[in-house]
Amino acid sequence: MLASQPFEALRSKKPMSDSVIQTHQNAGEVLALDGVSLTVNGKTLLHDISVHSEAQGTTLIMGANGAGKSLLMKCLHGLLTPTSGSIKLLNRPSHETRHQQAMVFQKPVLLRRTVMGNLTFAAPKTTPPEVLHEMLERVNLSGKDQQPARVLSGGEQQRLALARALLTRPKILFLDEPTASLDPASVLIIERLIQEATADGVKSIFISHDIGQAKRLADDVIFLHQGRVTEHTSAATFFTQPLTSQAQAYLAGDVVL
Amino acid sequence: MLFDAFSQAVALIMSGDPELFEILWLSIQVSTSALAISVILALPIGTVLAISEFPGKRLCVTVLNSLMGLPPVVVGLLVYLMLSRSGPLGVLGLLYTPTAMVIAQVVLITPIIAALAYQVMDDLHREYRELFQSLGIDSIRAIPTYLWDARYSLVTSILAGFGRAISEVGAVIIVGGNIDHLTRVMTTAIALETSKGELAIALALGIILLMLALLVNAGVTTVRSIALKKAYV
Repeated sequence: MLASQPFEALRSKKPMSDSVIQTHQNAGEVLALDGVSLTVNGKTLLHDISVHSEAQGTTLIMGANGAGKSLLMKCLHGLLTPTSGSIKLLNRPSHETRHQQAMVFQKPVLLRRTVMGNLTFAAPKTTPPEVLHEMLERVNLSGKDQQPARVLSGGEQQRLALARALLTRPKILFLDEPTASLDPASVLIIERLIQEATADGVKSIFISHDIGQAKRLADDVIFLHQGRVTEHTSAATFFTQPLTSQAQAYLAGDVVL
Repeated sequence: MLFDAFSQAVALIMSGDPELFEILWLSIQVSTSALAISVILALPIGTVLAISEFPGKRLCVTVLNSLMGLPPVVVGLLVYLMLSRSGPLGVLGLLYTPTAMVIAQVVLITPIIAALAYQVMDDLHREYRELFQSLGIDSIRAIPTYLWDARYSLVTSILAGFGRAISEVGAVIIVGGNIDHLTRVMTTAIALETSKGELAIALALGIILLMLALLVNAGVTTVRSIALKKAYV
């Protein structure tokens, strides 16, 4: 049934005004980066990134391969420590909001145990079993709770990873190309879950190369080029009037070097 | 001649020769005791080495890997020097006892199990590290998960250690002395009986030892196939 739902169902997003994307620090900020740089082995991979946003919904990070998208996301989530600069999420230093964050990786990392074992590992101890089963139903994995997680298909594994992340009840959800190489049905389920989560007030920060998906999900877009943020605008503006030549080339499908 | 010896060996095994089974029982007791102690020592060493970062870690791993190839006679000699009357542990009077043999086997197999466990845990840590960071699980809390998720691979490492212990002769003959009814185990008995020309007994013990090795290998294969089926390795 889920697979038969048209993608059009996901396209009913209201365009976000540029006014909600701030360039200066603000009291209600969800995301605040100031002068974030990352240098590894003498090479600077992220250059002086400053982004401020009080926008809820989904922020999309776009850019060519090697632009620094995943590095930026890892810095935001605290998996990497920036060489300089500060990161605040939900108006607090990033590390203080760690328990309010969750991340779904491009390649799902599943524990060597059953589907249910993976969920119970991450879910709060007090989570009732019916909530776990309901979550499995939402990701279309009902009846597979006792299967070894790592024998599931790629799409099923990623849906399980997303279910596990959502069970931690995050306020900020990081998604690093979660639908890369997945079948349309899995893409649809994952997009629907992300939209449901954002409707519930979860801030999603999403990396994707899929422009169609970006249009379906994004409220605002951060465009990275060679470790620098060259553009941060509402999705409506980004997709209709990209400012930089790199973003224009990227959206046109040209090779961006 | 070989066929005669083989026939006698089978007859000896079938007759349930008490001396033969005494030697077998002592061998199993010594090696399983050594294995139990080694597992207790080796798994934490391998795990801590895999999940922690400290200066000199690479050197520690190199030393550990090198210790896998410890020559048994050198281990026997070192344990002998420690336990001999003039040695630092001489007052304990452990030389030429099964305990001395257990100690020698522990020294021999602990690095093997620890190095294999390190490799398993290191691979797992590389895979799980970011997930655990993401979920806010620190290294200490992650240890039980690592041990549980690596259980199949660790069992293989442990069985490899047992195989090494039960088949070892050089160290146990030095510290055990191959004393009849006290420290005679399968490998030392085979060496003795062969030197005496008692090939039937030597061969009978050899057959049992081979069967044990086969059992261990069958165990490793079974564990591995179960794990592969579930994609747990």
